[in-house]
Formats: sequence, structure tokens, C-alpha cells
Amino acid sequence: MRRKSRKLVLLAGACAVALVVVGASSGAYKAPHGKAALKTLVFGTSADPIVMDGALVSDGESLRAIDQVTESLISLKPGTTKVQPGLALRWKTSKGGKAWTFALRRGVKFHDGTPFNAAAVCYNFNRWYNFSGPFQSADATYYWQAIFLGFKKNESSDLSPSLYRSCKANGKYSVTITLAKPFGPLIPALSLTNFGIASPTALKKYNANRGEIRNGIFTPTGSYGRDHPTGTGPFKFKSWTVGEKLELVRNAQYWGKKAKLGRIIFRPISNNTARNQALQTGEIMGYDLVAPADYASIRNNSKLKLLTRPAFNVAYVTIHQGQGSPMNDLKVRQAVAYGLNRGGLIRSAAYPPGAVVAKEFQPPQLFGYAKTGVKTYPFNSSRARQLLNSSSCKVPCKIDFWYPSAISRPYMPDPKRNFEVFQASLEASGFDVTPHTAPWRPDYVGKVSNGTAGDLNLIGWTGDYGDPDNFLGVFFGTYSDQFGFRNSKIFNILQKARTETNQAKRTKLYQQANRIIMNYLPAIPYAHTSPALGFRKTVKGYKPSPVSLEPFSIVSVGGV
Amino acid sequence: MLRFVVRRLLLLVPILLGLSILVFLWIRALPGGPAEALLGERATAARIAEVRHRYGLDRPIVAQYWDYLKTTASGDLGQSISSRRSVMSEIKQRFPATLQLAIVAMIFALGVGLPLGFLAAKWYGSVFDHLSLVGSLIGISIPIFFLAVILKYIFSVRLGWLPSIGQISVTTEMNHPTNFYLLDAVIEWRWDAFWDVTRHLILPAIALGSIPLAIIMRITRASVLDVQNEDYVRTARAKGLSPQIVDSRHVLRNAMLPISTIIGLQTGLLLSGAVLTETVFQYPGVGNWIAQAIFNRDYPVIQGGILFLAVVFVIVNLVVDISYAFLNPRIRLSR
Repeated sequence: MRRKSRKLVLLAGACAVALVVVGASSGAYKAPHGKAALKTLVFGTSADPIVMDGALVSDGESLRAIDQVTESLISLKPGTTKVQPGLALRWKTSKGGKAWTFALRRGVKFHDGTPFNAAAVCYNFNRWYNFSGPFQSADATYYWQAIFLGFKKNESSDLSPSLYRSCKANGKYSVTITLAKPFGPLIPALSLTNFGIASPTALKKYNANRGEIRNGIFTPTGSYGRDHPTGTGPFKFKSWTVGEKLELVRNAQYWGKKAKLGRIIFRPISNNTARNQALQTGEIMGYDLVAPADYASIRNNSKLKLLTRPAFNVAYVTIHQGQGSPMNDLKVRQAVAYGLNRGGLIRSAAYPPGAVVAKEFQPPQLFGYAKTGVKTYPFNSSRARQLLNSSSCKVPCKIDFWYPSAISRPYMPDPKRNFEVFQASLEASGFDVTPHTAPWRPDYVGKVSNGTAGDLNLIGWTGDYGDPDNFLGVFFGTYSDQFGFRNSKIFNILQKARTETNQAKRTKLYQQANRIIMNYLPAIPYAHTSPALGFRKTVKGYKPSPVSLEPFSIVSVGGV
Repeated sequence: MLRFVVRRLLLLVPILLGLSILVFLWIRALPGGPAEALLGERATAARIAEVRHRYGLDRPIVAQYWDYLKTTASGDLGQSISSRRSVMSEIKQRFPATLQLAIVAMIFALGVGLPLGFLAAKWYGSVFDHLSLVGSLIGISIPIFFLAVILKYIFSVRLGWLPSIGQISVTTEMNHPTNFYLLDAVIEWRWDAFWDVTRHLILPAIALGSIPLAIIMRITRASVLDVQNEDYVRTARAKGLSPQIVDSRHVLRNAMLPISTIIGLQTGLLLSGAVLTETVFQYPGVGNWIAQAIFNRDYPVIQGGILFLAVVFVIVNLVVDISYAFLNPRIRLSR
């Protein structure tokens, strides 16, 4: 018996110690921050890039990595949407506003050693303009289509004629880009990573223009975007093991201030919780889009820090006008505005810290924001009732209100909670709310866009580049089924602002537009949120950008 | 034997056909679609329609299935909609990771399950036996996902002993001639990398191997209990053979037959059942890849990945049947 129990103890001991030994034999798990790894930043991403060719992607993870390798003519002041010289030192527009001349930086070389010059700029623009076949698919060239609308030869009737006309090299270091009509947002739009200038030699050598529809899927077949992305940026592409890591190394020949990091490793971790845990263990040193539920775990850890991205989004309540709709009456729309308890919602647990009540349809830091003279609608249920009783829809005014299910957006983390708060405050204000819901895709978004999602619905937008046209112009630039209103005053002012190239004039036009919109109330903005990034405290110098274009070249690790 | 193998291989055809129909219909019944996932936030009804048309997703479902069947029959599993890479090349890259994890999980299950089951039988009715039975019951009952989360939280996040994600540290540089990272480390004579990969395997292997461990332990215990009461074992003891020789030559060897069947079946299940474990540990295998594809509505990956795992499962079972027939001539004769 004694022998048996001794064996038992031995066996149990062996089992229990097994795990301890494997872990403890080498001490605590060592994250990559030894001496040799001091200048390496491991950044957790939600996915691999799709392809390292800015012209062919629209997803954030591809753009984040490409932005370190290629540069555009225009760049942004870190942490802002203010434009500053990129590969172009200066720019000016012609009298009619159709032609833009850019003076290019001299002495810049691509990573393959070839020179950056006017010919390279025109080669890139003409490459995008001449895309054909599968490259004209919306999922392949979303941003070219969003800014320049169409191609040299449009192959689909859905595409509009191209805004782009030509690119002309005026000697080695000056180019003129001519448009079909004046386009005010061109300069901020050119800061998009999608318009990064790549080496023409590499593009040709590695067949960047080859792609096909294989089994119905657009596939770039050249090796440029997989193995040879070549730009002028502070980091060079080194290697990419799909599902494991994408590695960029410092460009020692960079024309500007050289990167403080020796290497960046983008590590794909698709699960948000896993990213958070990897940050805690030190396996990654930073990641984007921290879930609000994880804020506390980062704030309470002395080795971690939380950075917030300046708000560049807006959540709003669509007011759908149309035949027989109670919302055609301005007094009803005003009653809705007073009846939405926006402040209560933003202060509730439904929104993370840093969220603010939206007073206009664009973020406050963007030019064109009207600081004064904009009508505001603080929650006031008795005022809402008064307005309703003097309107065409008496108390209780019956309305249909839609919200999306099974989704969380940065500007609307908990749509159901948003709806519940608004339903309660609207009902207290004399409305009789009938709730409706649908899955975000395809039903909900489809219904909102085609104007069949009730009298009111919850939706929002995250901006792409620093121009009010990317907010106001998208929502109210022209008639849309979503809102169902026709107001020539609003449409005209936004079209005028779109084609105006003088910055001061544009600023005034958008301020004016914001005032008119908040009087007319085609919808009601209610939140701007600040998405968060989590980092190890050893990471210094990371400046969150409102449009997620963060230069890693100014980042350092471990005090380097 | 050849007829048996051929017949089993031919059975693969209706199995795969049925499975392909089921998977094809199932993923199309899910809300949303690849066009919406591709276009993301900025999808408008017109853009969604354009992408659906371009990818042939607006065609009748029978026509879509027929096209899918034709290309699959020619060995082409298609292209991933979200990564735009060939499904086959992704499988080639990811399957070694899954296979490696399954093998290590099985080694863990055998290494612990066999001795535990054997000792439980030898000490039948003892506290150890009861504890082993309770432990195996917990092992079978506890969801892999839950166990994986708990293990990760304790040993990675709280104690910091083991890595929480991946199959190798991102700072470990190594060539991958086979994509079996343990093997690659041996080939490259990189013991630091071998240790690094091993450390990344420990927690996923324990989580994944927990159910096979419990099953192997129970089967071993039952089988050893059966065999040790057989006449030939009693005879061996009566002949004066030492207990160690009786156990190793007569008891264990004969008890191994049902255990070997279970090992084969469990290996197949491990390969196809790695989805949850790989997702928790973000292990870059086929399971994690398919889970992500379901989230992205990446039809070709879901279809190709599940079909591939089904083929692997059937082949593993076939190999088990063949080996069983070799081990037990009565099976061969009955065929």
C-alpha cells in the first residue's frame, strides 16, 4: 500500500510539475524586447494586408502597412488632417481650377534605387486612369472611383466619366494634373495612401498591372503587391509570411528624417481579445481599435497605455422625408431634434470615454466647422411636445424607428442601447415609436440607403480624408433616397464648395452649409467618438491620426 | 485488401458530393455576403449589386453550384474573396501547422492517457482510479474552447510562462522548407527555434488533446481490465514471469488493439476539430483560417477548407481501417 501511494505521489508530482517546468525553466515568457530587438516594433493587426499595392485596396490593414512604404504627393501633419508637403513641395491651381501644378521634391529615390521624378508621378496617375477589366471593380479600385469617379474607358454603365484628364511632366520636377472640372477636395484627397507613388520600374518589372477574374474573384497575378512593393517611404518591404507577419525595415537612404525604428513587424491577430491579451503578455507592443470593454484592462496595467484617435466620425439619426411622411413638416423634425436625449446617451455606458455630442455633421477639428451661429437642440421634451402640437402630427405622433442588430460600429458601439435611450426620450416628448430592426448587412444598410428604413433610423460615417466634402458632400450633396428631401439651397452650396479651390472661400461655404443644414434638419447628428489604440509604455512618439494615417517613422521603442 | 481500399475511396465521391451541397447551401443561408464584407462600411446598394454581379453571386444558385462543382472537380478550390489568394496555396501553407498541432496534441493525449488508463486499471477501485475516472469525465465534458481560454488566461496572461498566440515568435528568423515548423527547426539545426515552436504548441496541444486524452484513458483502462483477466495472462503469471514482463508483453500489447482504433479516429477528429483551439490561440492553421472565412463570408475558403478537412478525415479513417485490418486478420477475412 505504501509502495502504491509512493507511486501515486510520484505520478501526480510528475504531471503537476510538467507544465511548471516548461514554463519556469526559462523564466517568464520573454517578449521580443531584448537588446537586439530594441528598435523593433511589433504591431498587432486585425488581418493580413490584402495586397501591398495602394491602388488596389481600401481596407485599413493594407493601407496602414503601405503607408510606411510609399508616399503621396501630399502628406498630413501627424495627428491632424492638415495637409503638408509630401513628395510635392508646393502646389498651385490654374485660374479655372482644373489644372494643378505640383513642384516635386528633388533627390528622392525609390527603394530600388531609381529616381523619383515627374515621369514617375505621371506613370502612376496614368496607370490608375487606364485600369481596365477586373481593375475597374469597386472592390479593386474603390478610392480611385470615390475621388476620380471613372476611368479612361469605363466598362460599366454604373461608372461616371472620369474627373481625371491628364498628367503632364514640366521638366523633371514639376507636373501638371488636369481635371475635367474644378474639384476643391483634390489636395486632401491626394494625401490618401491609395495615391502613393510607386516605382515605375518595379511596377513594370513585377507586373503590377496583371490581374484576372479567377473563379469570379479579382486576383492580382503579378508579384509586385505580394513580394515587391517599392516606394520612397521611410521603411522598405522585407518579407511577408501570410498569417504570421509582415516585416518592414528602415530605409537608410530615406530623403527625410530617418525612421527611429529599425524594423516594424505587423502581426495579424484576428480576434480582438487575443490582441488585447497579446499586448498584456508583450507579444505585441501596440494595436488599433481597442474594444471599449478592454479599456479598463489597459488602463489598469502599469505597463500599458491607451491612446485615443481624434474623432473623425459621426453617428446620426436619419430623418426620412417623402410622400405622406410626418417628417416633411419642419416642426416635427425640430420636435425629433429636441426629443432625442443625445447628451444622456453619450454620458451613458453605451459610449466610451472621449465621445462627444455631435452638433454638426462633420468633426469639429475639420475646417468648415461652424463654431457660432449653429442652431443646437438640447434635450427638451416639453419644447418637443409644444412643437408637435403646433405641427401636422399631433401628440402622440406615430413614427417608425429602425436600428441595426448584431453590429457594433466605432461611432455606434451598441445600436440597441442607442435606440432604447432615444425611444424613451422620444416617447416622453410625445412620439409613439414603433421599433424595427434588421441585421446590419445586407438588410439594414440596404434599407437605409434606399429609404425604406422608417421615419427615423440610426446610422453613421467614418471619414476617409480631411475635407468636409467627405462628410457633408457625401450626405447632402445631392438628392438621395436615404433622406428623401430636395433642398436646392443645401445642394447648391455644397456643389459650389466642391468645385471651389480657394481654401478660405471653401471654409466659409461649409460653415454656411452647416448652419443651413442644422436649421433645415435633414437628419440629426448625435455622436463623435474617439477610437482607442493600446500600447506598451515603452512605445513612444505614436501620434494617432484622425484618418488612421500614422507615420511609424517617428515612433521609438524602449527610449531609443 | 485492394478491393476494400478502392471501395472506400469510391465512397469518398458521394460523401464529398453531399458535403459540398450542404456547405454550399449552408453558407448562402447565412445573412450578409462576400460583397458586403468586401466593400465594408462604404457599401451602397449599387456597389453591392455591382460586386455581386461581377462575382456571379446574382446568378441562380444551381448555376453557381454547377460552376463550383466543375472547378472543384478539376482540383481547383478557387480564390479567397478577402485575401485574393488561391485556396489551395493557403491550404498548403496552413495545413502543416494544423497537422503539427494535431500530432503534438495526440502525443500529449497518448503520453498522459495511456499510463493513466493503465495505472487506473492496475489500481482498480483505488482513489487514483476514481480520481482518474472523474478527471476523464471532466476532460470529455469541458468544452475545448473554454479550456483553451482558461489555459491561456492562467499560463500566458497571468503567469506569463507561455506565449498566448501564434506558432513561433515573430522575431525568430528561420527558413521553412517544409512548413512543419518543428521539423524545419531540426532541418535548420535551430534548437532555439525548436524550443520557441514547442513553447507555442504546449497550450493549444493541451486544450486540443484534452478530449482524446480522456477517451484514451478510459478505453485503456477498460481494455487493460479486460485483458488482465484473460486466461493467457493468468498462465503467464503462473509460469512465474515478472509482473513487468506480463504487463508489457501480454497485457498492454493485447489491450492496444481497441486503443489503436481510437487513436486513429481521434487523430481525424483533431484535424477537423482544431477550429476553436486555433481561434483562441490565433494559431495560423486551417481551423483559424476557416473560422475567419465564416466571419468574412468568404465562400470559396469555407467550401474549399471544409471539403479539404472532410477528405483528410475520410482518408485518416481509411488508413485506420487498413491498419486495423492488418493488426486483426479477422477483419480482413470478413471483408
